[in-house]
Amino acid sequence: MELSRLRRWLSRPGPWGFFFILPWLVGFLIFTAGPMASSFWISLHIYDLHQMDYVGGENYRRLLFKDPIFWKSVRVTLTYACFSVPLGIILSLGLAVLLNQKVRGQRLFRTFFYMPSLVPAVASALLWSWVFNADNGILNQGLSVFGLPPIKWLQDQHWALFAFVLMSLWSSGGPRMVIFLAGLQAVPDSYMEAAMLDGATAWQRFRSVTLPLLSPVMFFNLVMGVIGSFQVFTNAYVMTGGGPNNATKFFALYLFQNAFEYFKLGKGSAMAWMLFGTLIVITTVQFRLAMRWVYYEGEAR
Amino acid sequence: MKRRFPTTSAIVFLLLVSLALVFVIPLMWTVSGALKSAQEFAKEPDRLVPRHIVFENFGKAWRALPFAIFVGNTVFISVVATFGQVISSSLVAFGFSRFKFWGRDALFGVLIGTMMLPSQVTMIPVFLIWRDLHAIDTFIPLIVPSFFGSAFSVFLVRQFFLGIPRELDEAATIDGASHLRFWWSVLLPISGPALATVGVFAFFANWDSFEGPLIYLNSPEKYTLSVGLRMFQDTDGTTAFEQVMAASLIHILPTIIIFFCAQRYFLKGIAMTGLGGR
Repeated sequence: MELSRLRRWLSRPGPWGFFFILPWLVGFLIFTAGPMASSFWISLHIYDLHQMDYVGGENYRRLLFKDPIFWKSVRVTLTYACFSVPLGIILSLGLAVLLNQKVRGQRLFRTFFYMPSLVPAVASALLWSWVFNADNGILNQGLSVFGLPPIKWLQDQHWALFAFVLMSLWSSGGPRMVIFLAGLQAVPDSYMEAAMLDGATAWQRFRSVTLPLLSPVMFFNLVMGVIGSFQVFTNAYVMTGGGPNNATKFFALYLFQNAFEYFKLGKGSAMAWMLFGTLIVITTVQFRLAMRWVYYEGEAR
Repeated sequence: MKRRFPTTSAIVFLLLVSLALVFVIPLMWTVSGALKSAQEFAKEPDRLVPRHIVFENFGKAWRALPFAIFVGNTVFISVVATFGQVISSSLVAFGFSRFKFWGRDALFGVLIGTMMLPSQVTMIPVFLIWRDLHAIDTFIPLIVPSFFGSAFSVFLVRQFFLGIPRELDEAATIDGASHLRFWWSVLLPISGPALATVGVFAFFANWDSFEGPLIYLNSPEKYTLSVGLRMFQDTDGTTAFEQVMAASLIHILPTIIIFFCAQRYFLKGIAMTGLGGR
């Protein structure tokens, strides 16, 4: 009797579906949901891996009002995001549009643009420390061809962050371009032909047909780009360690240093929650604004 | 159909060539730097084609650090973690794509949401979990989480599964195959492209990973390539760039080779998940 009831229960799809997603669900609870909650709990303490003292909002208060390096890291990260995300999107959209012109060797070009993103992060950081090397790096050699003076890219606090933006264009241009290219290739030829028959110029076709159809892809690149730009760690850790004069003290780097070098785990957790909160606010705002400019096909506007 | 002026095509082509050069030159210089002798590198670091091609830097770099161990560790971690991720993600994707159950869509929404969660938020407590389990300075924290699926892979495989006709499920059920059996002997064998895409991405992520090994591995004999490569900078004040370049190439080469073998899956995966934002 009991056995037949069990068998009947198992013949329904529901329990099986739940059973199959169990690995993810368990992992989510252990490695994501649980840690998120306890991260907030830790952020209310001073914790050095041995002793844990409850201090309430003290970590947040100190960060906001008594830690100039915290604010420096906020400024560095925001400045970097403001430059690297828009420039990266413009560059990769440009590359995709050029590649979409049915040029000879399209696949070869696509591979070339994509290759930098295949370079592992640490190797790319080492490679670029050489490109940016003040004495005999190739960037300064290139500048000298045009008679320009050498720049101490990574040692000069006015240039270091710009160097990171350049690097990000190099390594993230390819994947974003692939996404844009897929979007461009999905634009139906008939739309273009109709626009041409109406006498639209190339720019008008791009502005009024291609861009609106591409806006969902653009939105995706924007949201993921912002999230990524808030998490720069490896390059800063390997190339500059946050210097010179904290000019490349990215938020994620300062968070890591607090947690795993100074063993201020409460402070690190407080920073993690601030990062999380900020990203939620920014992403929500982006989704709200998206209703105004992102166009979804088949949707009445 | 389209009228096109030859000059426009020429300009587009020239523009692409020069942009491609900018993208590739840093890599070409890495290769050329690695193939120069120390003397030549010191004299003409910017010369693109070495006067004499030498391979001594690879040997020097290999001997300067326990490189064979780093490579072995990285391969081991990447292969096991990739295996775990492919198996678990396809199982979870099966559950999400083929069954209706209470809360399914909400849970899937949560899964998608985790893709946007910065790892920094969970980093510290997860470290504490592994510390309490005495797993610091082992590969366990770098491998085990992969066996619980990853949001990105689940999403991608689920998309693929959704495109497989339901008639197949019905046929299998009539033949008396269990769900698990259907997943293993019908669904997985025809999902090669999706699994390859997920596998390649998982392998890259593990091969490339830096922050995890940096946090969890303390003894040099456990280091992965990412963490080990960085020792080149610290060993002495003057960095021998030609050796660093040779060592970096050892780190870069497998990813480039895999990319060329699996390019199709790769680009499709990016385009697919990218457009997932729709």
